[in-house]
Amino acid sequence: MRPKKSFYQRHEALILGGGAVAITIAIWQALWSAGKISPLFLSGPSAIVKQFDYGLTKGTLLADMRYSGTNFILGFAMALVSGVAFGIIIGWYRTARLVFDPFLNALYATPRIAMIPMIIIWFGVGMWSKVFIVFISAFFPILVNTVGGVRNMDRDLLRAARAFCASDWQIFTTLALPGAVPFILTGIRQGVALGLIGVVVGEMFGGSQGVGFMVAYGGQTFATDTLFVGVIIVAFSGILFTWLAERLERRFSRWRPER
Amino acid sequence: MVKLEASHVSKRYWLEREGNEVLALSDVSLSIEDGEFMAIVGPSGCGKTSLLNIIAGLLPYDQGSVSTDGRKVNGPGIDRAVVFQHSSLLPWRTIGGNVRYGMELQRRFDKAAMAERTDYFIKLVGLGGFEKHYPSELSGGMQQRVNLARALAADPAVLLMDEPFAALDAQTREFMQSELLKIWAKARKTVLFITHQINEAIYLADRVTVMSARPGRVKDIFSVPFGRPRSLHLKREREFLELEDAIWQLIEEESANIGVVLAPD
Ligand SMILES: Nc1ncnc2c1ncn2[C@@H]1O[C@H](COP(=O)(O)OP(=O)(O)OP(=O)(O)O)[C@@H](O)[C@H]1O
Ligand SMILES: [Mg+2]
Repeated sequence: MRPKKSFYQRHEALILGGGAVAITIAIWQALWSAGKISPLFLSGPSAIVKQFDYGLTKGTLLADMRYSGTNFILGFAMALVSGVAFGIIIGWYRTARLVFDPFLNALYATPRIAMIPMIIIWFGVGMWSKVFIVFISAFFPILVNTVGGVRNMDRDLLRAARAFCASDWQIFTTLALPGAVPFILTGIRQGVALGLIGVVVGEMFGGSQGVGFMVAYGGQTFATDTLFVGVIIVAFSGILFTWLAERLERRFSRWRPER
Repeated sequence: MVKLEASHVSKRYWLEREGNEVLALSDVSLSIEDGEFMAIVGPSGCGKTSLLNIIAGLLPYDQGSVSTDGRKVNGPGIDRAVVFQHSSLLPWRTIGGNVRYGMELQRRFDKAAMAERTDYFIKLVGLGGFEKHYPSELSGGMQQRVNLARALAADPAVLLMDEPFAALDAQTREFMQSELLKIWAKARKTVLFITHQINEAIYLADRVTVMSARPGRVKDIFSVPFGRPRSLHLKREREFLELEDAIWQLIEEESANIGVVLAPD
């Protein structure tokens, strides 16, 4: 039977974390209302909420969010499919690994941000340069983790499978792939985080739409409330996607021993 | 009828780092009758695991030959199944899935037969009700029983067991020994059982092969004179202890040769 826990024990993280956030916002709002914060440097909670509401009802906030969201999802989906597929091939075939390793190492070591001007030359300032930046940001963590997962095959398990006359294909489907799943999910979680950075940074570099653009524009025009709306949207998307990825991770590691 | 035969098997390992080779097995010959329970004991590092892996078809060797039913072995086959020292279960599969695994790989049984056999062998090793558990939720002894069930379910003629109970505590170990004898009495497989424990070997086996220290050779083969079924009390009887002592002295001699001191179990 599941051990009984009190209400507080069950929701400890939520109560402590939520409480701390609420108190911080309350103090911030108090300082803002008292006029102790210059709107040039920092905004206040009420102003941010007002700006958010304005953006939704009269401004372009919804369109910006849709634009950024589309770029992110497109780029991420491409990174996921190709990262997992390519990672499996490189992890499974030694020759493929030896051939691609130098390229991947070089690309992996280059900060993605240094590639942005090149990407803009290739794809222009429109949405496809953003999609590509998300793709290239999320691709590497997914790829590297998938390769690691496929290569991480347990030698004892491999020997046991061989003893039962397993074919290479059976070893691949029954050992390499299921064993790689937790690694792939870790890659997805990291890819989500880097992909989000990619979409924001990409929009800052060029173009005239999206949440990243909104943040950059807010900064240039000292519109701190607009800037904050953008930052908060990015932060919440990060939290949401990471949470989804973590749930997915847990769903697929039910067999792991309790920690 | 001879079921399993190894004749004049030699095995060398090449040590990459030291740039030389070790002779692990030298001219090992063994022959096991159909339905016989053969145990092998010997000092640590004498090549027991190497021999078992060679017979299983998992390890190449340099000289000699291995055959089952008179046919030469060159690779793993459905006539043999291995119970490894480490339970080597797939952690993401349930107990049921693990017991089915060997059968799945060998594709000898259809779906219905696999389900039926999975069920039967899980019950046989006393794990009924644990089908849906994961290996991480089981004790070491239970995992080792799953391992045994997986091997038995694949319906091999020969069961190769490499110190399957070594990781267990003394009580669980004795329990598993008598369980194994019960299962063996029902399933009547030919068994090759490797162990460090001399009294385990005598208690279980029809014959006990003693191997010499490295390079591994067959030093002597003892027939165990006790009838079956055997109770655990047998281990306390004088005749049993005398046989244990005789084998013990033989191994101690060997270990002295390579400077290993064996502690009594
Ligand atoms: N992969 C390997 N590479 C090099 N040498 C090896 C390898 N495997 C085993 N050996 C050597 O071969 C000898 C026999 O090893 P093996 O594992 O067969 O012994 P064992 O009798 O099973 O020992 P233990 O009782 O400790 O399990 C050992 O001396 C070991 O050093
Ligand atoms: Mg061994």
